[in-house]
Amino acid sequence: MGKLVGMEVALAAAEAAALCRFEVAAVYPITPQSHVAEHLSDIVNDGRVDASFITVEGEHSALSAVIGASATGARVITATSSQGLLYMGEVMPIASGMRLPIVMIVANRAVSSPINIWNDHSDIMPMRDTGWITIFAENGQDAVDMVIQAYKIAENRDVMLPVIVTMDGFQLTHVVEPINIPDQEEVDRFLPPYNPYATLHPDRPISMGTLGMPEIFPEAQKAKDVALVNSIRVIKEVWDEWERLFGRKYEAVETYRTDDADVALLTMGSMGETAEVAVDELRRQDVKAGLVKIKLWRPFPFEDLKKALKGIRVLAVTDRAVSFGGPGGPVFSEVRSALYDEDVRPKIANFIIGLGGRDVQVGDFVTMVKRAAEGKLAEPYEFYGVRG
Amino acid sequence: MLEIRWHGRGGQGAVTSVELLALSAIGEGKFAQGFPSFGPERRGAPVAAFNRVDDKKIKIRSGIYTPDVVVVLDESLIAMVDVAEGLKRNGTLIVNTTRNLAELRANIKFEGKIAVCDATGIAWKELGVPITNTTMLGAVIRVTNVVKLSSLEKPIQARFGRLAIKNQTAAKRAYEEVRIINEG
Repeated sequence: MGKLVGMEVALAAAEAAALCRFEVAAVYPITPQSHVAEHLSDIVNDGRVDASFITVEGEHSALSAVIGASATGARVITATSSQGLLYMGEVMPIASGMRLPIVMIVANRAVSSPINIWNDHSDIMPMRDTGWITIFAENGQDAVDMVIQAYKIAENRDVMLPVIVTMDGFQLTHVVEPINIPDQEEVDRFLPPYNPYATLHPDRPISMGTLGMPEIFPEAQKAKDVALVNSIRVIKEVWDEWERLFGRKYEAVETYRTDDADVALLTMGSMGETAEVAVDELRRQDVKAGLVKIKLWRPFPFEDLKKALKGIRVLAVTDRAVSFGGPGGPVFSEVRSALYDEDVRPKIANFIIGLGGRDVQVGDFVTMVKRAAEGKLAEPYEFYGVRG
Repeated sequence: MLEIRWHGRGGQGAVTSVELLALSAIGEGKFAQGFPSFGPERRGAPVAAFNRVDDKKIKIRSGIYTPDVVVVLDESLIAMVDVAEGLKRNGTLIVNTTRNLAELRANIKFEGKIAVCDATGIAWKELGVPITNTTMLGAVIRVTNVVKLSSLEKPIQARFGRLAIKNQTAAKRAYEEVRIINEG
């Protein structure tokens, strides 16, 4: 099943979109997403998909163009990073409000200033409340599989919401690694053609994205929230089906060696596997360590997280973004809030790490776990290894 | 796990080297990563690129600081970059150069295994350009045994098309001509 190839992850993600037979791509290049943009353009130019590539003057237009295309019933793809995502931010709630099953690849990168092209999560975190399903890839295989899964999730009639698949810039996008690329027939079987609920067409006029007066606006917002909350059921069904068909398992919250763990790390994105190596190292030192990885950021998997943290006495939550002047990093505040009503809950330490491409090594994770376990934290959250 | 750091200048194809080596290893059923030094790369400026190769799944995604092998594509770098930085004592340094050991030692503080290859000479002859990335792959494969020389063929073919044969010839010549000048 599928074909194991060596491929740069950014290209593989674009290949995944091609396997889904996207019909319109509108992408504005920005580092570290650029290889996704270039490869999507190549795929269209080479006639490998029956699609239009709309060249645009910026990310606001890129997302606007795919919103329009999606509203006509086309299967669409866009991709961006950093400032490009922030620039799209103005239209992002429109995409979700119009209930359009757009798929977007985000190659995570820090936001300015100072200007920094390297990886962290400060671009995706401000988009938390725009109503997009948001899934974090941990490696190249995740990136490919999640892009294909994203269309199936987004286009489900019980969901009808846009989906972001995030992959860490450089750490994932620029790495050549072994990836199983599914066969076209397999993907066709998994993902039927998009059957839109309603479409814009000159012969059959309807209105989308209209004015919402106070009499209806709150109901529209509630409907979006209900759809997003309920989408977790569909996401899990899609992942179950994926496992049956492709043999690779996906979970909203994954655990590693947590069964008898006393202290656990929590990561999102590409640091997960490096953290696994740290857990192995800690186990060799007789520290009962484990790892919890959140793959699904929106809708937030409250129940899965609580289950994953059963028996954990101390939790070290890592954040790759700052909530300036807030209670801690965005992942930390979400996790802590999720556990508020629990009778038994872990002590939680928050380490802000890996900002703007600052490397985090196995030894750093080992240190974080030990420090958290000893309770030696001077602040509610700590900029780990940061001077000043 | 074998970790390799490549030193070159922007435009010399260090990134292509790590890609081709990763693809060769993956083609053999091994696990491999190939990645650039993340960031804006400028033509002519010193750059680095990296490989990890292993028989089992590679989990680490942080940088490489204590490589097993260092490859230098451009000998002019050794006067300005500490190419042996972090190189394991029992590691291997492979340099594209015609200099002898004493001359290299003037710039490189490394007591371990050192191999040299006149990759620039080979590249001029076989490719007509002083671009040594595919040539040096032959030298690296001979000295490290990280993959078979034949495993390079497919990736080189896919990458270079009609220029593939010339690149393969250059790699093969380096494979045959690389010399170990210090056993370490």
